[in-house]
Amino acid sequence: MSVLIFIDQAEGIIKKSSFEAASYGAQIAISMGTSAEAIVVGKTQDDLNKLGSYGITKVHYIEDTNIKNYDAQVYTKIIGDAIEAIGATVIIFSNNTSAKAIAPRLSVRLKAGLVSGAIALPDMSNGFVVKKSVFSGKAFAQVSILTAKKIISLNPNSFNIIKGDGTAEIVAMAANVPSSKIEVTAINKITGEIPLGEADIVVSGGRGLKGPENWNLVTDLATALGAATACSRPVADIHWRPHHEHVGQTGLAIAPNLYIAIGISGAIQHLAGVNRSKTIVVINKDPEAPFFKAADYGIVGDAFEVVPKITAAVKKLKDIS
Amino acid sequence: MKILICISKTPDTTAKIAFAENNTKFATDGVQWIINPYDEWYALVRAIELKEKDPSIELHLINVGSADSEPIIRKALALGGDEAIRINSDSADSFFVAAQIAHAAKEGAYDLILTGKETIDYNGSSIGGMIAEILDLPFISHAIKLDNEGSDSIVTREIEGGEETNKVSMPLIISCQKGMAEQRIPNMKGIMGARTKPLKVLEPIECETLTSIVSFDLPPAKSGVKLISPDNPEELVRLLHEESKSI
Repeated sequence: MSVLIFIDQAEGIIKKSSFEAASYGAQIAISMGTSAEAIVVGKTQDDLNKLGSYGITKVHYIEDTNIKNYDAQVYTKIIGDAIEAIGATVIIFSNNTSAKAIAPRLSVRLKAGLVSGAIALPDMSNGFVVKKSVFSGKAFAQVSILTAKKIISLNPNSFNIIKGDGTAEIVAMAANVPSSKIEVTAINKITGEIPLGEADIVVSGGRGLKGPENWNLVTDLATALGAATACSRPVADIHWRPHHEHVGQTGLAIAPNLYIAIGISGAIQHLAGVNRSKTIVVINKDPEAPFFKAADYGIVGDAFEVVPKITAAVKKLKDIS
Repeated sequence: MKILICISKTPDTTAKIAFAENNTKFATDGVQWIINPYDEWYALVRAIELKEKDPSIELHLINVGSADSEPIIRKALALGGDEAIRINSDSADSFFVAAQIAHAAKEGAYDLILTGKETIDYNGSSIGGMIAEILDLPFISHAIKLDNEGSDSIVTREIEGGEETNKVSMPLIISCQKGMAEQRIPNMKGIMGARTKPLKVLEPIECETLTSIVSFDLPPAKSGVKLISPDNPEELVRLLHEESKSI
């Protein structure tokens, strides 16, 4: 009846959000009086031993040359078989694009209730109830999982990593790998950018910047902060910036530690994509911009004057520390 | 070729989110209902574009919902769906909804099943993957491009930090997101035509639920913005470093 955490990798390196999932799963295991184990599918370049410091006692490592690319159907079969073999009853994912394809399939395969987008530890005092984000971050729901096996997909940046000094035992696990029906014909990586979904700090620009030629205001500040860049929907729609940078209700929903919005008025649809950010800074020359109501810090002023000064101050701070 | 597009009824993106009956139900008073934007703007419009290139394609819509869903189903027909199925049931949970759609999809022998990447109300991102597993079909999530080549679909999906193009032989299930197509507005001819397009109402199959919603709550209000003078933006950096410890 262990807790099993799916460890997601990008090119063989464990993703930060997987450490959050590991810490989260380890806390559940403590409450249930059982062990927290991890499953790693596909060849890793990373040191799996370090999962021990996040509360994992055993890592099931499935390295099989037949696992060529990521296919949810193949992964679901492998993970489903492993869960049966291990006897895990609670399965944890980080709610990223891989999990969104695997977890629903696994839910059907195991007849295990799924809560995706969880933001807190389950309440086990009366059943098994998990708090999740709904209405695009505008509300929360308490969802009861009614089945014996349970799957939780944890929203990134919603649970703090807990680090200790444990060690994990690594066990190679054999798998029966079905052939994939998906042929990957091209991969186009956007290099040199920090992926938005996992970024700690995001600097975002809106129509207030007047044109794509002024985006150095956003990118310079982002570079100084080590941040990812984002934009509002109108900016993506008029092709000032690529679609994958659009955050909001119909774009990407993010929850970084710090979100800095420059020249974005803060329409309700935009807020829905960013309102789970821990700290929000709004820079806008319009004091009536609705975004100020959702902000922690605000500057009513001209971005073209204010932002370069902020960038300079950040650089100065980084040089000192 | 037959494409099934799953459409969900959701509150308008500007709807006030509030709860009733001791915070156990979404308060629907005064709420405008729309087709879930991901289902409409991306899945449905892309299917319509494919049909415009190949008029032999049939576009079927499916919704799991009560009679209250009919206005949004008619709107989808006005945009360009050929016919629709409504499974006459409230959506109990994702598994229940997926099982209903999978059952109807099996009967209809579709080549492609399209969903939005998630609904804007429950944000589950689950229906597409669940249907795929029930029907034992490949599933591509977060697709941003879709074209057909003979019996194959060429699908580009978003991966973290980039894009990946896949070739998959049909049938398969695809969840769609921004980039796939652009929002359209139905024209008068479409609206008139939609009135007489077939809308079949089926009773749900028996199916268990795996989860249930206990209650809802709203996030605590922000304590108020701290304004910093535009003449001293360096103060912001100090506060972010020393007070909120964000940088």
